[in-house]
Amino acid sequence: MATGLREFLDIVGLSIGVSLAATTVGAAISLPIGTALAIFPFHGRRLLVVLINAFFGLPPVVVGLVLYLILSRSGPLGSLSLLFTPTAMVIAQTVLAVPIITALVHRASERAWARYGDELISDGATKLQAIPQVLMVIRADLVTAILAGFGRTVSEVGAVILVGGNIRGLTRTMTTAIALQTSQGDLSLALALGAVLVGISISISATVFALAGRARTAGSDEV
Amino acid sequence: MTKTRSILTLAAIVVAINAGSAAEQSIVLASTTSVEASGLLANILPQFTAEAGIAVNVVAQGTGKALDTARRGDADLLLVHDPEAEQQFMDEGHGSTRRQIAWNDFVIVGPSTDPAHVGGGRDSVAALKAIALAQAPFVSRGDKSGTNAAELRLWKMAGQTPDALREKWYRDIGGGMGQALNAASAMDAYTLSDRGTWLSFKNKGTLVVAIEGDPRLINRYDVIELSPRKHAGSKLAGAKVFADWLVSSEGQQAIGTYQVNGQKLFNPSAGSPK
Repeated sequence: MATGLREFLDIVGLSIGVSLAATTVGAAISLPIGTALAIFPFHGRRLLVVLINAFFGLPPVVVGLVLYLILSRSGPLGSLSLLFTPTAMVIAQTVLAVPIITALVHRASERAWARYGDELISDGATKLQAIPQVLMVIRADLVTAILAGFGRTVSEVGAVILVGGNIRGLTRTMTTAIALQTSQGDLSLALALGAVLVGISISISATVFALAGRARTAGSDEV
Repeated sequence: MTKTRSILTLAAIVVAINAGSAAEQSIVLASTTSVEASGLLANILPQFTAEAGIAVNVVAQGTGKALDTARRGDADLLLVHDPEAEQQFMDEGHGSTRRQIAWNDFVIVGPSTDPAHVGGGRDSVAALKAIALAQAPFVSRGDKSGTNAAELRLWKMAGQTPDALREKWYRDIGGGMGQALNAASAMDAYTLSDRGTWLSFKNKGTLVVAIEGDPRLINRYDVIELSPRKHAGSKLAGAKVFADWLVSSEGQQAIGTYQVNGQKLFNPSAGSPK
């Protein structure tokens, strides 16, 4: 019983850890890019924004398959031996998180830039210097964007099962464990894991949403 | 400052995630789903890892996919159960040794209402003929697994053409053994299952064993080591330690004593292959 509990906690911990890591990497990539897309006009920007929004719906199983072929020992990055490791899962989920976070950050940045852009520039800032300032202005929206990225990653199964391999004690997450329990006909255990997954997702969302609400209030006080 | 903090957090997370695997040597075992779904590997691996200090990371995929994974170089060792596909794998020069470790048998399971009236028989081929004649629902794995290959061989013996297997009563679900059993249970259909997965399966519903005991239903499990000529990048030394352990008296005893609900699931057979 004790080992079962330990294994269960490991699975929950791995799920959250992998998704947190992927969301963090995803945010580090998406925040500057999303804002830059709103500030710098260039040829083809419209098309790029449309593409990023379209990648919202990137099917996880296809992302998993492509990464599987890239990370396979006979693939281009095979020498890194990343297939069937948590790192491979983080990479796959990052690919899934980036379009969502970028698109949401871009939308918020566009609004903020339309309102405060001239002001920032006339204060003597270059456009590059304006990026962190815009991000400051939209920080409440950033929480929503990052949360959306986390929600996308923690709940998906198609990509992690392909590149992670659902290895017990190493790459088994809540979603792949649910798939496995279902395949063993243990529907009650699968359902229990599902309830935990739903519970964790909801409480993280609620916490972050509450924090964002506070930040928004504090923000309006400052301005 | 926020950025530094988030990078530090990220680094801590990545280190924490990978800490478990970095401590000891590990190999990737590509296996059929039945040895995992039946609980066999989870039962015997801790003993091996404690003795040898080698962690075995099991990727359970079904025999066809497991062989492909090894062909691409993404596994260090194979545990599979499709004699014909295994022979082809050896002929291609991917494998170095192939040894039988255990056997059990397949069973045809179906709804207790038994619409094709085959229950209690021993002749699997006659049963499939009766199922086809009655057009009773039959669930096929359809996933190139060892069980799927065995099923297709039986259908061939029963004189069914591939065209007949596209009719409505024949339901190709493209999934693992457990998914097939879930589907058969939900659709009141017959299906072919390995005995190990069947015995440990918990959602049987009205399914019961219809046919068992036919010599054509024997199911052999082999461990295959990879050829160093084609797979120099794999961890062949660690893989050999595990393969040797599986056929050793200790490994054979671990396999033979594994039970579910008081029933033995696998018969060790390294000494006298069936």
